[in-house]
Amino acid sequence: MEVNEVFEKVKNLFVEELGIDAEKVTMEAKLEEDLEIDSLGIVEVVMAFEDEFGIEIDDDELTDVGTVGQAVNLLHSKL
Amino acid sequence: MKTALVTGGSRGIGKAISLSLGKSFNVVVGYSSSKDSAEEVVEDIVKSGGTATAIQIDVKSSESIENAFVTIEEEFDGVDVLVNNAGITKDNILPRLKEDDWNDVIDTNLSGSFKTSQRAIKHMMKNKWGRIVFISSIVGMMGNQGQANYAASKAGLIGLSKSIAKEMGSRNITSNVIAPGYVDTDMTAFLTDEQKNNIIEQLSIKRIGKPEDIANIVSFLTSDESEYITGQVISVDGGITS
Repeated sequence: MEVNEVFEKVKNLFVEELGIDAEKVTMEAKLEEDLEIDSLGIVEVVMAFEDEFGIEIDDDELTDVGTVGQAVNLLHSKL
Repeated sequence: MKTALVTGGSRGIGKAISLSLGKSFNVVVGYSSSKDSAEEVVEDIVKSGGTATAIQIDVKSSESIENAFVTIEEEFDGVDVLVNNAGITKDNILPRLKEDDWNDVIDTNLSGSFKTSQRAIKHMMKNKWGRIVFISSIVGMMGNQGQANYAASKAGLIGLSKSIAKEMGSRNITSNVIAPGYVDTDMTAFLTDEQKNNIIEQLSIKRIGKPEDIANIVSFLTSDESEYITGQVISVDGGITS
C-alpha cells in the first residue's frame, strides 16, 4: 500500500471515529494541538487502526507519534 | 433498544438484575453452568414483553468472554450496559485458606470483571455511551472472618471501577459499584436462623435484603437519569455500615 493510500484511510478514521473536519487532517497536522485529540482519543484511533489494518501497535511505538504524518509513516512501515 | 449483559445473571442477585433490566434493555443473561436457570430467566423476560437471550460465559477465560461477545454482537449491536455480577466464594480462615481457593476467587470475581469490562468498553467508547456496574459487597469494605479472598476481590472491584470512571468519563461512560449487605440468595442460604437473627439485630432496617433491593439501584445506575453519577460505591445493606 502506498503512503498516500494509508493517509486516505487514516483521514477517514479521524473523520468517522472522532468527528474531525476532513480539511483539518493533513500530514503536518499535530494530533493534540491542531486536531484537539485527547489521550483517550489517540487510544481510540490506535484501536481503530489495529482493526482496520489488522496489525498490532505497541504503546512504545506511539511515543514519537505527534503528527498525522508520523502516524501514517508508522502504519506504512508495518504493512 | 440498548443491550445489557449481566454476568452470573441466572441466579440470586443476578437473576433479579436481569429481570429488572428486561424492562429497559435487551438482556443477555450470562451463566457459567446454570443453563436451565438462565433459560427460565430469558423466558420470564420474554413473557413480560422484553427481549432476552442466554449465553454461556466463563469470566475466568478470555477466550470464553471473546466468544460470548462475538455471539452477542451478531445478535445485537454490542453491549451498552455491563453488570459485572458473576462471583464465587471459597471461604476459610487465613491460616487454612488454600492458595488455589485464593486464586479461584480473585480470578473469577476480580480478574473476570476486569476482562469482561475491557472487552465491553470498546463498543461503549465508539458509541460514546456506556454503563458499567460492579456488584461488590460490604465485605469488601469491612472485611469478614473466613472471607479474606472474597473480601479482597470485592475491594479490588472498587479500585477498578473508580479508575474506569476517571478514564472514561469524557466518553459518557459511567462506572459504579454496588455493595450489597446480607441478601437472601443461595450464597447466604447456609446461614442458620440464629445467625440470620444476629445479623438482623445489627441492621437499621430489620430484615435481610432481597435481590430486588439490589436490582432497583442497578436499574437506576444503568439509566440515562444517572448520567452524572460515576466512580461511586453505593451500599445497599439495610444500614449495617451506617
